[in-house]
Amino acid sequence: MVPKNIAAIKFEVLSPQEIRRMSVAKITNPETYDDDGFPIDGGLMDLRLGVIDPGLRCRTCGGKTGECPGHFGHIELAAPVIHVGYAKLIARLLNGTCRKCKRILLKNERKEKFIEEIEKRIKMNQSYDDIVKEVFRLTKATKKCPHCGEEQVEIKFEKPTFYYEGEHKLTPKDVRERLEKIPDEDLLAFGLDPKSVRPEWFVLTVLPVPPVTTRPSIILETGQRSEDDLTHKLVDIIRINQRFLENREAGAPQQILEDLWELLQYHVTTYFDNEVSGIPPAKHRSGRPLKTLAQRLKGKEGRFRKSLSGKRVNFSARTVVSPDPCLSINEVGVPVEIAQELTVPIYVTPKNIEMAREFILRREHPSANYVVRPDGKRLKVIDSNRKELAEMIEPGWIVERHLMDGDVVLFNRQPSLHRMSIMAHYVKVLPYKTFRLNPAVCPPYNADFDGDEMNLHIPQSLEAQAEAKILMAVQEHILSPRFGGPIVGGIHDHISGLYLLTHGNKVFSKEEVLQFIRATDVKDVPLKDAYTGKEVFSFILPDITLEFKAEICQGCEKCKKENCEYDAYVIIEKGKLLCGTIDEKAVGAFKGLIIDEIARKYGNSEARRFIDNMTKLAIRVITGLGFTIGIDDVDIPKEAEEQIEDVIKKAERKVDELIRAYKDGNLEPMPGRSLEETLEMSIMRELGKARDQAGKIASRYLGDENSAVIMAVSGARGSMLNVTQMVACIGQQSVRGERIMRGYTYSKRSLPHFKPGDLGPKARGFVRNSYRKGLSPIEFFFHAAGGREGLVDTAVRTSQSGYLQRRMINALQDLKVEYDGTVREQTSGIIVQYKYGEDGVDPMKSYRGKAVDVKRLLREIVGGAQQ
Amino acid sequence: MKVRLQDHILVPKHEILSKDKAEELLKLLGITREQLPKIKTSDPIVKEIGAKPGDIVKITRKSLTAGESLFYRLVVD
Repeated sequence: MVPKNIAAIKFEVLSPQEIRRMSVAKITNPETYDDDGFPIDGGLMDLRLGVIDPGLRCRTCGGKTGECPGHFGHIELAAPVIHVGYAKLIARLLNGTCRKCKRILLKNERKEKFIEEIEKRIKMNQSYDDIVKEVFRLTKATKKCPHCGEEQVEIKFEKPTFYYEGEHKLTPKDVRERLEKIPDEDLLAFGLDPKSVRPEWFVLTVLPVPPVTTRPSIILETGQRSEDDLTHKLVDIIRINQRFLENREAGAPQQILEDLWELLQYHVTTYFDNEVSGIPPAKHRSGRPLKTLAQRLKGKEGRFRKSLSGKRVNFSARTVVSPDPCLSINEVGVPVEIAQELTVPIYVTPKNIEMAREFILRREHPSANYVVRPDGKRLKVIDSNRKELAEMIEPGWIVERHLMDGDVVLFNRQPSLHRMSIMAHYVKVLPYKTFRLNPAVCPPYNADFDGDEMNLHIPQSLEAQAEAKILMAVQEHILSPRFGGPIVGGIHDHISGLYLLTHGNKVFSKEEVLQFIRATDVKDVPLKDAYTGKEVFSFILPDITLEFKAEICQGCEKCKKENCEYDAYVIIEKGKLLCGTIDEKAVGAFKGLIIDEIARKYGNSEARRFIDNMTKLAIRVITGLGFTIGIDDVDIPKEAEEQIEDVIKKAERKVDELIRAYKDGNLEPMPGRSLEETLEMSIMRELGKARDQAGKIASRYLGDENSAVIMAVSGARGSMLNVTQMVACIGQQSVRGERIMRGYTYSKRSLPHFKPGDLGPKARGFVRNSYRKGLSPIEFFFHAAGGREGLVDTAVRTSQSGYLQRRMINALQDLKVEYDGTVREQTSGIIVQYKYGEDGVDPMKSYRGKAVDVKRLLREIVGGAQQ
Repeated sequence: MKVRLQDHILVPKHEILSKDKAEELLKLLGITREQLPKIKTSDPIVKEIGAKPGDIVKITRKSLTAGESLFYRLVVD
């Protein structure tokens, strides 16, 4: 196939001559089929317009169904009608030209200046809409024709297609006559090119009839024919057109003709757009509005967004996803049922013909579904023809074999917001009905396993497969181009598991350790009776040297480094974890400093190996040691409860004092705040402080061994605030960042349980209980109010950001970074940036957004000896 | 008293590119003049430095990522 280059596209308006020229049939008969179900000549299903019924041949090109692309016909309208799409432009033109001499309402010199300006813009490839708009504005304001001196009467445009000159209504015929007389020279100033457009063409005298292939009829189970909406509309137009003709021939009264003319206008208008304001949409017999031309194209379900920007594909599958930490991050578990349905083509050569034969002969899983002959004919492989087909194949044939372990596939989760939403995985065929993926790749897809479904696509050519492997494999996306750090990494149990393994100086027996590292690819382990957790973690580390503060770091004023009492200072030397705890900062997605270091030092392959080992090790540790939480994990001793009660009581008393000070007028306002605002802020601060104090007391009594605390401090899941709310005190509920003061606003109270004007903590949504103790009914109500705001926020945010994203993608889609580092618009070659991002740095290859990681360079050159 | 726009901290440095430098730039980028981003003669800064239509203005901006970045705009009316 020779690709043709399109140099330019120009949009013009069809002239009546053009419409007649491209027409193959004049349509006059409103009937479609005769009694035998055969298309009527001169009807809307005329055989010259193309064929949709199998067995018939097109009378224009002789093609069968599928071969004939269809051909346009035309309807000669009995009277001219306005084209809705141009109605507004017509109104502007009528107001912009003299009612007598039809010249533009501008002096020649002014006109020439505008035309010159427009031509300059065209040459510069810029938009000239603003100039044209100015011309229309000026001409409309002109009251006297500069050419013939005629006084101008403003023409009122009434949607959708009516024009009034004072009281007098203009018929489409009048309009057309006026437009005809506008001279070519004046059109340029209105932004119209007289070489391609004449304004009188905006008023239709002849209507193109689209080919039948654009409006195929469907045959219902009952054998009845159901016509397309467009055909229905065209039938209406022809019917009224014929009636108009007959009435005119018969010399019917003017009034009747005018009514028919208006009806014709209505049908032609709704034929183009059935959602124009000002007239009722044309309805189907059932009452459903018809889908006419504009509706076919418009909006999310229209031709552009539904059929052209997004298409349905073959060789794809969709099902629920579930986790499997035993898979590599590069792999995806595919159910056997899906693997048997999806196929990969084998292009048969002398070298693989024997293998291809074997696939055809096999009756179960890695078998073949189809063979394709060199002439493109597909033959289904069934038990009865296996042997025969296996004999028949020769080099040049294609055998479509089942999906197998090791095939590359693309895996995707919507919404596809960034490029990591579609990555290439290697297939692992597994039993059961879900796609399986390593939980470490959840962050890039933003997937969880509460019922998420994902899509799978099979690249069909060797080129596509190679490209997927090289560019799209998961391991190529461990480092994110968004922030220059790892986006694939440990989550939840991976982090808790490694925390349990490496925190402090725990010692594990040889047997335990062997269980832990069994699933990893660690081979050489020094023989010992017992190992510390840090030693075990060191087994999976490659030779790296690293030093950083862990997530559990308390942020002491003076860092004691290796002597940290929280074991929060991580030192890794030559692949040995010397001190510190492995947590989110070390191996987590988004943070993962160790992953970062390995990917940069040893490349993506080694980083993948580490993540695979790390997830397997962590899962085995956490299952081996056990990790649970229950209601008694959030129990605290009585004395702690008393202390918390004390703190809250004190805070409440303080708030009461504040309120009293406010009422007595003793409250000092903060700078720039009103008295009320000052009071609110002080109360919020006081109550916030109380909750924090309660949380501190609670965590002191919970200890570091508490599972919820471990998860919070290690960064595995949840925060200390969540723990506080479970154990000590839920705290102030808020709507729009303020205490809850809605409801009975006229009586200044939130619920009838309170006195009007009560400003106390309870009356404004302070929840003093914990989730463990349970909420009082009033507290529960406030909590629900605060919770509802969160839900509404997320719902609104997702829809808004989705639309924002759509607009941004549309604006940026054809920008490209060229080899010289400039960013250019692809079609026009316009330069957007002279250097990508102003510094020319690929963020994926940067260190967390910075061009160079000076610390790392220093470490590499000077060695671990520094400090 | 006339205020010089260039003295304002938010206005980056604008200067007219010499003929040779301009040709060099266009050759380096492999484009025609029209493909450059535009700036109008009515722009206050263009008036101040006295650039004429067809001139290329070199703008030295402060950049968060690169410290300093260069930008070129074609003067048009």
